Order: sequence, then structure tokens, then C-alpha cells
Amino acid sequence: MAALRNAQAYIGSIKGYGMAISEAPNSILLDVSTAEPIGRRWRRALGPDLDGYGFVLPAVIIMTALIVYPFFLALWFSLSDGMIGETRHWIGLKNFAYILQDHIFLQTIRNTIIFAVSSVILKSVFGLALALLLQRATRWKRFFRGSVLIPFVAPTALTTLGWWLIFDPTYSHINWALKHIWPLNLLGLGPYQWLGQEYLALAVCAFVNFWRGLPFFAVTIFAGLVAIPAQIYEAAETDGASAWRKFWHITLPLLRPVLAVVTLFSTIFTLGDFNIVYVLTRGGPMNSTHLFATYSFTEGILNHDIGLGAAIALFLFPLLFVIVILQLRMVRKETSYGL
Amino acid sequence: MASSTVAVGVPVQVKTKTPTWRIRQSVVTYVSLIPYVAFALFPLYITLVTSVKTKQEINNPNLSPFWALGLTTENYKYLAQYTHFFDHWMINTLLVSVLATGISVVIGILAAYALARLRFRGVEAFGVAVFVTYLVPTSLLFLPLINVINFLDKFLHIRDTYWSLVITYPTFLIPFVTWLLMGYFRTVPVEVEECAYLDGCGRLRTLLTIVLPMALPGVICAILFGFTLCWNEFLYSLVFIQDELHKTLSVGVVTELIRGDIYFWGALMAACIMGSLPIIVLYAFFMDYYVSGLTAGAIK
Repeated sequence: MAALRNAQAYIGSIKGYGMAISEAPNSILLDVSTAEPIGRRWRRALGPDLDGYGFVLPAVIIMTALIVYPFFLALWFSLSDGMIGETRHWIGLKNFAYILQDHIFLQTIRNTIIFAVSSVILKSVFGLALALLLQRATRWKRFFRGSVLIPFVAPTALTTLGWWLIFDPTYSHINWALKHIWPLNLLGLGPYQWLGQEYLALAVCAFVNFWRGLPFFAVTIFAGLVAIPAQIYEAAETDGASAWRKFWHITLPLLRPVLAVVTLFSTIFTLGDFNIVYVLTRGGPMNSTHLFATYSFTEGILNHDIGLGAAIALFLFPLLFVIVILQLRMVRKETSYGL
Repeated sequence: MASSTVAVGVPVQVKTKTPTWRIRQSVVTYVSLIPYVAFALFPLYITLVTSVKTKQEINNPNLSPFWALGLTTENYKYLAQYTHFFDHWMINTLLVSVLATGISVVIGILAAYALARLRFRGVEAFGVAVFVTYLVPTSLLFLPLINVINFLDKFLHIRDTYWSLVITYPTFLIPFVTWLLMGYFRTVPVEVEECAYLDGCGRLRTLLTIVLPMALPGVICAILFGFTLCWNEFLYSLVFIQDELHKTLSVGVVTELIRGDIYFWGALMAACIMGSLPIIVLYAFFMDYYVSGLTAGAIK
């Protein structure tokens, strides 16, 4: 888990930096002092490696122009009125007041919560199980790891089209199986309108998201599992601990930080999901599958109300903000098992 | 590095367990892995099977949709003859992915090196900014970015062309690449760099000749992931491009191949296969880099 180690080392360096620049462990201190006194004063004020500003400049320019500025632009959109390209007028919080009594938006909030919570729970439970299995599978390691990871690397919009065919009312493979394949046909179930019924459609969307996100959980948790020192298990075995007790008292507690970080990451990306719902249902039927992103797209692009679209998308922000803060704190609390 | 931790994965061997017990355990393990593999590959299998069927076979409700009776290439031919799949969408996607990844990796390398090694006021704030921006979803930025593109269009014609994607894709790539590479750069021993300094190497030359070769796995990982993220990107491409000839693969397939109520399922599935194939091939060759990139932080 390079990212976690990074974050830890990084936070460590922040603390070190505050105390004494010249004692920061990673810095290169072969500072040839040919600088003028003025340069030296700058150096004392800004740090020993002034060329660092040059190194980060391109990234800072792009991030400012294409992330920070657009973010504030979105804020201005949400507080103003007007079509794309027209002069916008300040209207205060009217857009937010409007969406808060808009029943489609309230439904979007509900959908998003159901969608994110159910798929993240499924992903973490099955991801943990899959990681444990992958750890025990010593043969054909590459085959197993390779094939379960494919949903995560293949283009989501295209693989979702495959799911769309599987759940299509007329071509549905599942309905066909329920009708033609023994013993499923004995149950007398179906045909179902998978994408045409309110709760069913949302469940299908969450299910496809689960399919796509499962490998991320499995592989990351797997990396966390193999980092747990084998000696701990050996010690537990000498004490006669059962497999279940080992899992409950060693594996799970030591995986806690990894699980927390993975869950938070996944929650962020699940909350902002667009592709799956757009391809499967476009938010229908009866707006029952709209998420923030798809509803914001509908209002902002299809209905040309960019202010309303921005207000909807921004609603996600406080939620994300809380999660990011939680995440930063988790990263700091990380255990010292070299993850 | 994540790859080194992966290598430690030695399952706990218990000396007192009998051979029969061990065989039973591994049978249980592999049998329980099969449903996961089947689940992961199921939609791809269905897509592949449907793409090699004729229209008649797809539309016949009595024939099983789970396998094909014969093999036909008519859907792939349709894709080549009647759509812009190969001559435009694929080329556009390739061009955008290569350029955006190239730009982002170069900028990311510089920024990551500064974060990993250099000490100057504001570097910690920059690090936090990278982390936060890397978690800002694209669904929050697509509306205002339309304005940014319209503004830039006054100077350079990028509106409604794939160049708008070359400019906007770095928004999610740079934070990711920077964060990923920072970890790899930290694994390079400082002493090596100090030697280079004593020999009179400048900062940039040290980075290029000493640090980069030693952090090569990280750079490869960043390139692969950047490329994959660009190839799979959907929302920006959908919003910024209406011109059919400038569309990227995913968006072209979703917006141009689905027309009204008549679905060209065969051609649509053939397009899904051809669109995913380059990434899956790349992935098959560089799996370990993908695994280490995946564990090195989340990807959007």
C-alpha cells in the first residue's frame, strides 16, 4: 500500500518541516552557498530548495485553472441565474431553495444513499471474502487475480452495455434462464422488467456498481492481508487458536485501517458515479435511479439550467468534504505493519 | 512499494495439519473462487457471444442467449463499414489518451519529485491540495469546465473537438499521477542523489538520470493507469463533444450506436468487445503494474 505509506511519511515530513527546515530528513542539503545575502534571506523565509517552486508550477497552474477556478465557477453558477453563454444574475440561494423542495431532487438524495450504502456494503463483504480466498489460492495465482480484476480495468460504459443486454426486458438472459433452464423454470418466476420497475432498476444499478467495484476492494484488502506478519498467526496457533478466532482477533483488527481507507475511497467514487446509471436507465423509470451526477447532467445539460445543475452537483460537496476529513485522519492513524 | 509487500504473501503453513486436511482446504478454496471468476467474466462472455451472432439468432427467443450456434463477423464488418468506430473514435481515443497521459505524467513527475524531496514553504499545503483535488469527482466539474473550454476557444479552436479532452483530462490525471509517483520517489535512497550532486549534476539532471531510472516501475505504472483512465473516461467526453467525428470510443458507442427503439445489439456488443480489447490486452501484459497501482491509492 504505497499510498498509505506515502501519506504517513508525508504527514511525518510536515511535522518535521515545522520544527527545522535544515533538519528535515529527506531534504538534500548540499546547498552550495554562492547566493547573495538577499537570496539567503529568501532562502531562510521560503526554505532551502527554492527551485521546488519551479517544479510544482506547471501542476499548480493546471490545477488552479482546471480544478480550483472551475470549482468556484460552479459555486457562482449555483448562486446565479441564466443560460449557458448568457450574462448571469445573482439570485442568492434560490437554486438551493428550489431543489430542496423539488421532489425529484429529494428522491435523488434517497436513491444515492440506497445506491451507495448497498453497493459499498456488498463490495466490502464480498471483497473481504474474495481477498481471503485469493490469499489461500497458491496455484494459478495470476489467472485468478487477473480475471477477477478485469471489471475494474475494462471501460465501464462499455461493460455496462453488456449488463444492459443481460437485463433488457426482451433480451434478458436472466428472464430467459428463469423460463428455460431447469431447475430455475420450476420456480415459475419472471419475466421481470429489470430496468422498468422503480426499486428493481435501482437495485440493478447498485448491483452493476458492485460488480465493477468488487476487484478494487479485493485486491487492496489482499495487499493488506499479505502485509500481516506470519509470526502473529504462528503464535496464535501455538496457543491453539481456531481459524475463526484468528480471523476475528488478528486479521480483522489488523485490517481495520485498510478497510477504512478502501471503504472511504469507494464511497467517494460511488457517490459521484455517473456512467452506470446513464447507460442503464438515464435516471428512469420515474426518476427512481437518478444520482447526483445524472440529475445534475439532466438539469444542467439537457434542460440547459446550468445554475440548477451546479447546485445539484455541489450538494455532494459537504458529504465528500466530511469523508475526505475522515480519510485524512484514518491515514494518520495507520498501524505500523508496513502497509 | 506495493509489489514488494505482495511478494510476502506466503500463506501460513501449519505443520501439524495432515495432507488430507490440506487437500480438502485447497479444494474448498478453488471451488469457492470459481463463482467469483464466473461473475467477473459473465458480462464480457455474454458480450462476446452476442457479438458473433447473426441478427436472426439474436432475435429468436427460442434460442439460448448463453451461447452461439455459429460464428459470424457481420457485426464487426458493420462496425467498420457503417460507423466511425475504427476510423475516428478509436483513433481519437488513442490520440487523446496518449497526449493527456504524456502531459500529465511529465507534470506529475516534476510535482511528485518536489513533494518527495524538496523543502520549501508551501510544499505541505501543495501536498494536501493534491490529495483533495484527486478526490474531487468529475461530476462536480463538468458544468463549469464548459465555460473554461469556451473561454480557451477564443484563442485556440478546441470547442467540440477532442482537443478539449486533451486539456481537461489532466484534471483527474495530474493529482493521481503525482500522488502515485511521490511514493515511488521516496523509495530512491537520498544518498545516491547526493553523490550525483557532488559530481555536479543539476537538480533536473539528477531527476532525469538518477531518480527516474530507479523509480521506473512507478513511472510505468503511472503511464498505464493514466492511459486506462483516459481510455475509459465517459462524462467529459459526453458533455464536451457533439461532433460525431470527434467523439471517443465509449461515448461514440453509447450515443451513436443506440438509435431509438431498434437496438443493434450485435454491432453494439462487437463495439464493446473492440473498445475493451486494447485495455484488456495491455492489462494482460502489465498486470503486476496494475495491481500495484490499484493498491497505491484509489482510482476514479
